[in-house]
Parts: sequence; structure tokens; C-alpha cells
Amino acid sequence: MSDSLLLGAVAYDPKVVTIWAGFRSWFRDRGLDLDFVLYSQYERQVEDLLAGRIDLAWNSPLAWLRAERLARAQGTTVRAVAMRDTDRDLTSVIVVRADSEYRTLTDLRGRTVAAGAIDSPQATLLPLALLRAAGLDPDADIDLLRFDVGVGLHGDHVGGERDAAQALRAGSAEAACLIDASLLLFGREGTLPAGSVRVLAETEPYDHCNLTAGPAADPALVDHFGKLLLNMSYADDTARPLLDLEGLKKWLPGRTDRYAALDRAVTETNFYDPQGALGAAGYRP
Amino acid sequence: MLPAIDLEDLSLDAGGHLLIDRALAGLAPGDRLVVHGRHPALAVHLAAWCRAEGHRLDPAAEAPTVIRGRADLDRWQGAQRAGRTADDVVAHADRRWGLAARGALVEPGGPVLAVDWVDRDLVWADLAPRLYAQATANQWNPATAVDWAAQVSLPDSVEDAVVQVMTYLVENEQAALMIPARLLSRLHPHFREVMQLLAAQAADEARHVEIFTRRALLHRDTLGLSGAGGRASLQTLLEEPDFTLASFLLSVLGEGSFLDLLHFLHRHAPDRVTADVTRLAARDEARHVAFGVAHTAHVVRTDRAFLHRLRTAVERRHAVLADTAGLNKQVFDALVVLAAGSWTPAAMSHGWQEVLRLQQAMDEGRRRRLEYIGFPADEAAALSALHTRNFM
Repeated sequence: MSDSLLLGAVAYDPKVVTIWAGFRSWFRDRGLDLDFVLYSQYERQVEDLLAGRIDLAWNSPLAWLRAERLARAQGTTVRAVAMRDTDRDLTSVIVVRADSEYRTLTDLRGRTVAAGAIDSPQATLLPLALLRAAGLDPDADIDLLRFDVGVGLHGDHVGGERDAAQALRAGSAEAACLIDASLLLFGREGTLPAGSVRVLAETEPYDHCNLTAGPAADPALVDHFGKLLLNMSYADDTARPLLDLEGLKKWLPGRTDRYAALDRAVTETNFYDPQGALGAAGYRP
Repeated sequence: MLPAIDLEDLSLDAGGHLLIDRALAGLAPGDRLVVHGRHPALAVHLAAWCRAEGHRLDPAAEAPTVIRGRADLDRWQGAQRAGRTADDVVAHADRRWGLAARGALVEPGGPVLAVDWVDRDLVWADLAPRLYAQATANQWNPATAVDWAAQVSLPDSVEDAVVQVMTYLVENEQAALMIPARLLSRLHPHFREVMQLLAAQAADEARHVEIFTRRALLHRDTLGLSGAGGRASLQTLLEEPDFTLASFLLSVLGEGSFLDLLHFLHRHAPDRVTADVTRLAARDEARHVAFGVAHTAHVVRTDRAFLHRLRTAVERRHAVLADTAGLNKQVFDALVVLAAGSWTPAAMSHGWQEVLRLQQAMDEGRRRRLEYIGFPADEAAALSALHTRNFM
């Protein structure tokens, strides 16, 4: 085993280079030899994690679930080492125009519902699971208007959600699926002017990204990495700009008990099969 | 009972967070704040907002309850003021203050500003704030400050002389514009008044370039000649990397001599427009000279040994220019023609004497300024004699 760690991250935005180059320096200043590679999409990153080509992966929730499935199929394990404080207890919402007649999800039967990219947990998979739970088949009972922006990025690109919100506002959709933070953001920036929409349904809280250690990583080195990471302080002015860019105030230990709803949605839609193979029709990362 | 606020029907996407922030400001990390409100999306918004701000929402509470985080306090831990007050010009400006206003509380961790001059005594003059106030009070509009319509028909030979002198003035002013602009970009903005003064100086020179060009082209389609020696002389000013030496060579010696030239041209101007443009430029140049002198004197007061560096700079420039022609013949002759006023031998003799007197006045001015800065009289005279023949 090597005495360095190689981390994979998906380059959903140019800032990812700044973030991980900064974190690399931060870790190296503290004696841990960390390097990173960037991926253009999550599926290859997860495959490389399980193949041992990288030690750690900064995974979306969907990528975590696939890593778990692939690991089970291979008889190995993966571990959620850490997550951001902002990765905990998120919710997604289905919103309608405030002056519309819709009161329950079943009112959307036969209507156009705008969603994010095919692989977005927050703006597609989880909200559509809400519809299914209400008895609506997203493939048959509604007209799904999906905005496939940044496919392969698992919804990290906010463009699909913004397009969905704009479709709702413009009247080309009757409802839109968003994460709670986007609802607030779009209200503040005017994409969905304050008071213009109403929340029709909200998911249970779920967790988002985690830093996943793969089977090839040296466990002691990963523990050391995790310890340093959890001690990274927002009061440290060398770390704070990176934390601001990555959107967190504090790293927290990884927890895996709030991915169940997404796991169910993945199974229901066969987004991945139980062995972790890609199953979603039309998904081309 | 927990502290509480009521947002009524105000939402967090329409300013509600300001009320929460204000209420949290008085609480310690870990304290709880109950947030009441009637907006239907309050709970969804509040959860997203708390997450983004480093607070938490109490999952066990009945009414939405924020548990105060400490990210805002952490951000400002270790913050430093860039000088105690807005008027506190410190001896060493910290590059990590970056572009922060003097006296501002600076969050640590920003990018370090790539500037060269961070020591007050290497750039400062106590006169700078007053000179900047004067500079802004005395700005003038080239379109209206000069009576461009004043029609005078000059003999061709006199107009030729005016065009040649204007051509020469433009190239000098272009150097005088580029130098403060270069100095300005390398100066820590903590020394705000010096930065502002240099900016005003560059703007002054931009205007001078405009009015001299416009006068040259008032009755002609083409400009005059640009001698290689003159340009070589000016370029040595551009190449001086040190703030004080550049300011000394440009403003104390160069613009100081140039000021006498502008007065000379104003006195002998054959037409109203030439008289106006040289008068207006001279007014600005006097201010530039005043800063150069005040600053150089400030440096010498704090470090008497700096006189040696000033002396060396003059000698070095002299050595570099020793093999160049200096002021081009056409400019010199044009000055004589303008001072002569006509082509009679007597007038020409008068013009010649006037230009000699101009050079004498320039020399006296340089010596006076060098003595003010701290050179003994004999050394001031010797250094003045080494000044470029190109005047600037």
C-alpha cells in the first residue's frame, strides 16, 4: 500500500480545480500526501473507486449508492468517511404556481411536471418518488418535462433545476421539482419571484454527498485523512475560502442512514440494478 | 422562555433573513431562537437557510427553532484593521489588506495584493492630501477652457514653429502620463492620497496630450518631427524602477524645467489658443512638481543617505544620454522663432537671447529645488548642469 491517497472528484464546475488544489496543499502542509484526479461524470469515478484506481471519491448520493451496490457485488466494502454539514437533512419540494388550483399531488394527474436531469437525486429521482407514493406513475400519469442539463453530474449542475423553475413560471409546466435550497435561491434571485409559487409536497429529510473510501485505500491513512478533515476549521483563513467554495462550514462524520429513500427510488426505477450496473433507459453520462 | 421573533408573513426570499440575523447577533453559539411566521414556505426556507449559514434547525422543537452556529464569528476571528482609523497612515501597509479601505476591518484569508511599495516613507509626502484636494478642485474641461474658435492667421513659418513645439510637447506629456500610471499600479492603496494624486496627474497629462495635439492640428493636417535623442531622453524616465527616483527625475527635474518652458511659450505665444493651452498645462504641472519636491524632501528627511542615490540617478541618466543629441534642432529653432516674433536680424537676436534666458531660468529652478531637497548649493549646481538637454 502506498503512503499517499488519491482522491477523485467530479469537475461539475471550474471551481472544483481551485477547491481540490487548495485542499491538496492544506493536507500536504499537515503531512498527508493527498492528490486528486478529476472526472467528467460520476459513473466512471465510482467504477475507478471500486477498481482501486483511486482511494477516495467525493461522491454524490447516487454515486454512493452505486458504490455500495458494486462493492456488495464484488464482496468488498466502501466507507462514508465524511460529509459536509450542508449534506445533512436536505429536502426536495414539488412546487406549483401560487395562484394555481392544485392542492394535492394527485391533482397533477395528466399535467406537465418539470424536473431536473435524469440523474438528479434532488430534482428528479426523489420528487418523482413522491409522485409514485401518491399513486401517480411518472411515466404514464403525468407529462414529465425533464431538463437534462449536465447528465452524469448527478444534479450537481443547477441548470436543470433552473430550467424547470423557468418552465413553471412561463406556464409550460404546472409543477416543478427542486431542492429546498434552490427554492430559496430562485426566490431571492427572482427566477421564481417571492410569493409566486406554493409548495405542494416535500420529501422526508435526506443526506447528500459523502467522501467515500474505496477498497484499495489504506484504512489507517483514511482514518488520518478523516481526522484532519474533521478538524478543518472555518476560523482557519487558509481553509475558509475553500470551505466557502465547497459550500460548507464544517466537515462531519459520514452517516449512511438517510440514503434509504433514494435507494428505494433507484430500485423502483431500476436506475442501477442490484449489482450496480446502469439500468436507466436513456441515461448517457 | 426562549427568545423568539415573528416574521409575520415575510418570507426568507424577500428579506426575512435580516430579521433572523439581527436576532441571532445577540445570542451565543448553541443558543436557540424561535422563529414564528405565517409564510407557507417558512419551514422549507428556514431549513435551507440555516444549512447555508452554519446554523441548525432543532428537529425536536415544535415551532421552527434555530440553533445558532458560529460561522459568522469564526469568519471574523483574527480580523485586523487596516490602520486604526481612516486617517491612520501606517508606516508599513500589509499586502494582505489587499484593496480594503484604510481603517476597514479586514477578514483574513483574502488574496495578497501584488504591489511593490508598502512603506510609507518611500512614497509619502505630508502635502499629498492637500495637493489632491487642489487637483480635484482645479480640473478643467479642454472643450471649454480653451477658446478654440479664436481665429488668428499666422504666417506659415510661425505656424510651423507652433506645430513643431506642440509635437514635442505631446511626446513629453505621453511620458509624463505613463510614469505616474506605472507608479500607481505598484503602490499599496493604503497610501490613498498618493494614489489619488498620481491618478489625477495621469488624467492631467491625458488632457495635455489632447490640447497640444488639438493645437498642432488647428490649421494643419500633419504633426512635426520627433527626434530620436528626445525620445531616448524620455525613455530613460520610463525605465527608472524606483518610486522616489522616478518621481525625482520626472517631476523635480523634468517637469520643473518643463514648467519654465510652458511659461516661456505662454509669454511668447503668437495666438490665443497657444497661450491658453500652455497656461492651463503649466497650472497642472506646478502641482506635479510640488508633489515630486515634497516627496523627495520627505524621503531625504527620513534618510539623509538617500541624497547619494538621487545624485547617482542624475549621473547615471547623464551617462546614458551622453551620446544622444538631446533636444532636437527643430524644437530649439522653433522656440527662437516664437520668441523672435519676426524674421529681422534684431528680432532673431532677441529670440536667441530669450531662449538662453529660458535655459538659465530652468537651471536656476532646478538648483533651487535641489537645494530645498537637501543638496548643498555647489552640488545642486553641478547636478543641475547634468540635466538632460531635452529639458524633460
